[in-house]
Amino acid sequence: MTASPGARKWGWLLRPGLWLPIALVAGLGVIPVVTGSATLREGLFLLFMYVALASSLNILLGYTGYVSFGHIVFFGIGGYVGFYSLSALHWPLALAALAGGAAAGLLALAVGASVLRLRGAYFALATLGINEALRAFVSNFGPFGGPVGMSLDFSIYRGYGGPTQALWLAYYAVLGLTVLVIAVSYAVKRSRFGLGLLSIREDEDAAMILGVRAPSAKTAAFVLSAVIPGVIGVLFFFKNGNIEPPDAFKLQTSIEIIVMVMLGGFGTVLGPVIGAAGYERLRSFLLTSDPFKALQLTIAGVVLLLIILFIPNGIIGWIRGRVPRLRSTLE
Amino acid sequence: MTLALSVEDVSKRFGGLQALAQVSFDVEDGQILGLIGPNGAGKTTLFNILNAVYAPDAGRIVFRGREIRGLRPYDVARLGMARTHQIVRPLNELTVRENVMVGACFGRRALGLTDAAARSDETMELVGLHDRAGQLAATLNVAQKKRLALGRALAADPDLLLLDDVLAGLNPAEITAMLETIREVRGKGVTIVIIEHVMHALMNVSDRVVALDYGRVIAQGTPTEVASDPAVVEAYLGDPKLAEGLGRATEDSHRG
Repeated sequence: MTASPGARKWGWLLRPGLWLPIALVAGLGVIPVVTGSATLREGLFLLFMYVALASSLNILLGYTGYVSFGHIVFFGIGGYVGFYSLSALHWPLALAALAGGAAAGLLALAVGASVLRLRGAYFALATLGINEALRAFVSNFGPFGGPVGMSLDFSIYRGYGGPTQALWLAYYAVLGLTVLVIAVSYAVKRSRFGLGLLSIREDEDAAMILGVRAPSAKTAAFVLSAVIPGVIGVLFFFKNGNIEPPDAFKLQTSIEIIVMVMLGGFGTVLGPVIGAAGYERLRSFLLTSDPFKALQLTIAGVVLLLIILFIPNGIIGWIRGRVPRLRSTLE
Repeated sequence: MTLALSVEDVSKRFGGLQALAQVSFDVEDGQILGLIGPNGAGKTTLFNILNAVYAPDAGRIVFRGREIRGLRPYDVARLGMARTHQIVRPLNELTVRENVMVGACFGRRALGLTDAAARSDETMELVGLHDRAGQLAATLNVAQKKRLALGRALAADPDLLLLDDVLAGLNPAEITAMLETIREVRGKGVTIVIIEHVMHALMNVSDRVVALDYGRVIAQGTPTEVASDPAVVEAYLGDPKLAEGLGRATEDSHRG
């Protein structure tokens, strides 16, 4: 955000703040394509999924300063609507993914106007409530299979060249979406809209007095942060083959996404990428090593505590503070 | 003379406290109006009503021919009213330039980023912060934060500027520099309403003065008239230091 009057209009496209995180994701992303490793592909699918979830949450949490404990609700509702479109309506994946994104965006629009009036802990509690309410609703909603959820008929993958091809397709899609969410997150940060969001984060009342239309800006940020998780949810459950309420609206994941954003550095473009990748690797390691298996969430809590105590601005924020020269490189 | 602002019978009550009672005054285009009164007289409350942070219980505010009722603070900002706060409210984790750009982007002219950057460079020059452009606002000292608040408000290119205590906490040299800036701003045709506790400075810079006490207008007129008004002197008698400042202000304006 140091645009000078002489800056070329499209000059920002060349800035490392944009291409560094994209290069990181794309560089990792091509490895399984080259090696053909299915294990690596599945590991990276999850990793990119978390990068995209964390980056999208960052638009709300990092730019606007609203802590949402219910970010996963958009993943869940998008997943359900997309899954229903696939299994019951037999829509193609692309259309189902769009439907999932649209459903998540509409949910954000519908609840945003009311819950975004709340601030601080009250907003956080409300988002928690929305996730629990949606989970309860879906668990009792017949068309979505109630508590047992829905399953995809295996034959559906035939339309995508068989199960293996379908898994690759989901992988490419999540990779593309991750790059997209990073680009969006960067573009927002460098825009007038983004400047408005940052000023709301710093002091919402002062921002309004300066002329920032806080209610509509916050709603726009909320909707924007919701759409990508909605699409990701469709891809995840398409790959999974079945969907159940506890998997779609998992509070634990919601909290972990916050940890990722905080770990990497809220309000930065690169931060959620590094935070999600770092945390996801740590988590995979813990889940597969016997002594820690049951302690994974405890460790997430300890990590969050350590971040807040020692590096409140996260890894990227800490580096930016220490080495001001890197400010324009690490955005 | 056209009116920049007209305050008509404005009242506001907070629970048992009558913060403002039938306050009326006008501000002509291009004028500097000083607002004085002891602590708790309702000056800041009046500002909060002028820019729609609070709605008045009764009365109306007309800003450049348009009634403020029902608008939100950001609507009022768009219409061309900008303000600073008694307690500075910098956007701490943004740079000085970004702070000023917020004013330019979302104020009266609603500039795009590139124009806003140019506008903020000009404004930072005017308020003397151009060499701190890349610094985080949190790292400024009080005097610089006051200048930032003024710069942010000015970047909006307002028709009316509400200044709440911009001189408090400044040393005499800084006060002189700030007054110079305020006069320069007025020279550009901006109408100013200023709340000030540094009495001689306020009396010096204002064209007209309105005195409030317990939410009521107790006197209004030229600085000399108001300073010698018995009701004003009485209101300040409870506060010897301010009364003394008032006396000095009268001498100043007699001399000047």
